[in-house]
Amino acid sequence: MARVVVDVMLKPEILDPQGQAVQRALPRLGFEGISDVRQGKRFELEVDGPVDEAALARIHDLAESFLANTVIEDFTVRVESEEAVAEAAK
Amino acid sequence: MSRTPLDTVEHAAATPDVELPWAELGLKKDEYERIVEILGRRPTGAELAMYSVMWSEHCSYKSSKVHLRQFGEKAPENDALLVGIGENAGVVDVGQGYAVTFKVESHNHPSYVEPYQGAATGVGGIVRDIIAMGARPVAVVDPLRFGAADHPDTKRVLPGVVAGIGGYGNCLGLPNIGGEVVFDACYQGNPLVNAGCIGVMRHEDIHLAKASGAGNKVILYGARTGGDGIGGASILASETFDDAKPSKRPAVQVGDPFQEKLLIECTLEAFKEKLVVGIQDLGAAGLSCATSELASNGSGGMRVTLDDVPLRDSTLSPEEILMSESQERMCAVVEPDKVDRFLEICDKWDVIATVIGEVTDGDRLEIYWHGEKIVDVDPRTVAHEGPTYERPYARPAWQDELQADDAGKLPRPRSGEELKDQVLKLVGSPNQASKQWITQQYDHFVQGNTVLAMPEDSGMIRIDEESGLGVAIATDGNGRYAKLDPYTGAQLALAEAYRNVAATGAKPLAVSDCLNFGSPEDPAVMWQFAEAVRGLADGCQQLGTPVTGGNVSLYNQTGEAAIHPTPVVAVLGVIDDVARRTPVAFQEEGQLLYLLGDTREEFGGSAWSQVIHDHLGGLPPKVDLERERLLAEILISASRDGMIDSAHDLSDGGLIQAVVESALLGGKGARLVVPDGLDAFTFLFSESAGRAVVAVPRSEELRFTDMCRARNLPATRIGVVDGDTVEVQGEFTLTLQELRKAHEETIPALLA
Repeated sequence: MARVVVDVMLKPEILDPQGQAVQRALPRLGFEGISDVRQGKRFELEVDGPVDEAALARIHDLAESFLANTVIEDFTVRVESEEAVAEAAK
Repeated sequence: MSRTPLDTVEHAAATPDVELPWAELGLKKDEYERIVEILGRRPTGAELAMYSVMWSEHCSYKSSKVHLRQFGEKAPENDALLVGIGENAGVVDVGQGYAVTFKVESHNHPSYVEPYQGAATGVGGIVRDIIAMGARPVAVVDPLRFGAADHPDTKRVLPGVVAGIGGYGNCLGLPNIGGEVVFDACYQGNPLVNAGCIGVMRHEDIHLAKASGAGNKVILYGARTGGDGIGGASILASETFDDAKPSKRPAVQVGDPFQEKLLIECTLEAFKEKLVVGIQDLGAAGLSCATSELASNGSGGMRVTLDDVPLRDSTLSPEEILMSESQERMCAVVEPDKVDRFLEICDKWDVIATVIGEVTDGDRLEIYWHGEKIVDVDPRTVAHEGPTYERPYARPAWQDELQADDAGKLPRPRSGEELKDQVLKLVGSPNQASKQWITQQYDHFVQGNTVLAMPEDSGMIRIDEESGLGVAIATDGNGRYAKLDPYTGAQLALAEAYRNVAATGAKPLAVSDCLNFGSPEDPAVMWQFAEAVRGLADGCQQLGTPVTGGNVSLYNQTGEAAIHPTPVVAVLGVIDDVARRTPVAFQEEGQLLYLLGDTREEFGGSAWSQVIHDHLGGLPPKVDLERERLLAEILISASRDGMIDSAHDLSDGGLIQAVVESALLGGKGARLVVPDGLDAFTFLFSESAGRAVVAVPRSEELRFTDMCRARNLPATRIGVVDGDTVEVQGEFTLTLQELRKAHEETIPALLA
């Protein structure tokens, strides 16, 4: 089994009220030196079978049509290496 | 584009031959030439950005202006009107020292591209218009139109729009008290998302958008400026969508209702301390609009340093900063010695505020970037002296054929059984079905002043706790009627909203409108527009209710197919004591049902012709505005003097639709008798205007009928509130349970 990670972020020009709220809270909590915060979503998809090009194309499709709202969001798809998955499972 | 990194005024003057992308920014060749003529040189990139957004259809009303003048020319004498057309929103005196401001606007195209954010920022925009008048927003309403209810794209657009309106409005703490939801295939690809807001203030608190007094500071406050919706005003709202060119879709704006809430409180506190000389919200065209309008409405001169605008994205060019439509921003003009206090208030509310310029003696709007002058224009030429088009218009060739296709010739039900079947189909059709699944997603009661909300005839808000003074608002529009006859259709929309306000017991005072049409470059559409405006202006003159402002949305079309002409009319009314309101629901068994007005065989554009025959043809119902006024007076008197316990206006779906709604809301049935001289079908389904059905307590019957007779309003006793069925004697009986199932299950089944 392999894990594919889809990261969804608001496009850079789109307002991110949540990120701004976090950024504004930081200095209040004593964390200085952070000039901007953008908040996104991370999806971890456990894929049955091999993660070949066809599988990635399918995931790209589902990310584009369902996980991300491409009018206002960008997304990236990447395979997390088998070792990294095993490492995380320990 | 061959542009140097910074296109200053000096540089522009020295390089007259540089080609600018005026066509990409939506300007026509002659418009660009006019700009060159005004400036006496080629514009800088920043100037071009400003002119292009301000001269767009959306901001300049260049196609509609010549017709809209009628609202001013035909405005009836009305002492209640404190501020008329031309300001951010009109202001009406409602008595006891209170004034109310209200307006309806469209956010159609953005809501199609990104339904949630499009609808949400639509609410945000209209709320800022109201704050800019100095009023506290107290309620919102949302007239919505979508494609066919069973079309897959409706399932994408509608839930997003509804969630966006609910999300933004609920977070702001504003009750949503009215509006409509209409489905029609003509809105496929061009949904209409109109948003209205009501605000309340004391007379002395009215504020206008102007910048006077040299030396006064210009303060930009609210959200930082980012790359949102750059060029949205000119490109998004003015050009037909072309799927082949996705690059034309600009960035969508995302709203932040919590920031807007801070903006409301911060602005009202600054008003209260009298710190503000002039104010303008930033909507379409952003800073271009705010600076040029503030300057040209005041003494005329303003100097702005664009470097001081707080940015979310430091890579924005000056042109982009001027065009950005970032939400939740406002611009205030403040006297120098009050600036510190103004900034203190902003700081208290955690609102970023920055002095970006000052009012000057001259008559030029000058904008600087990195110490260089990049804009030097007469602000009036940007804000008010844009192009005006006398677009050709002509009655379309198909209009006669459409009107000749009389709905009266359609096969009618021949038995009680068939009538019953058609009644069930009608009350369960998407347009006539209960919209509670949608409206329940909005908060109706936050702030605790909501007296009536959907599905009542009008929304009603108490504005004074002591006296019970309240205002009512209803929005209506019927694209089917307007397609058959735009002049009459616009008047029918006005008449229905007027009647709806009166049916709840409030006195109609003033009108706002949102005129949704196809492309003005099509002479047929332009004719529809011209006719609708003429109809509305004539109607308002006759009813004595002035148009106080509104909005025009053109280019609602995909390819050759325009939407039905859809003038949406909002009528605002006042009621001395909201305790005297009249609800729609039947209150008590045994009360007598009276039908007020005349019923004729009028089925053109009717719900019946749509639901049963999928037909649109013939003429819409006749309009008699004198009758509307009389009916309204009777409804208001009867409500004030306690002669009626419920009232419901008759519109689409006719009498049976109204009776079923009153019965289901009250949980009490009705026995109806077809009056002499009418057949059951016409009695139940005709959509003749100027009618209402009221429930009269037996003890009040004589007083009520005497009043109607004395005033010459036909009042026909048609039955009694009774039992748990709706029975039309000699024809059919339907249980409330059957009706409820038909009426309430349609929308969730289609959309949930």
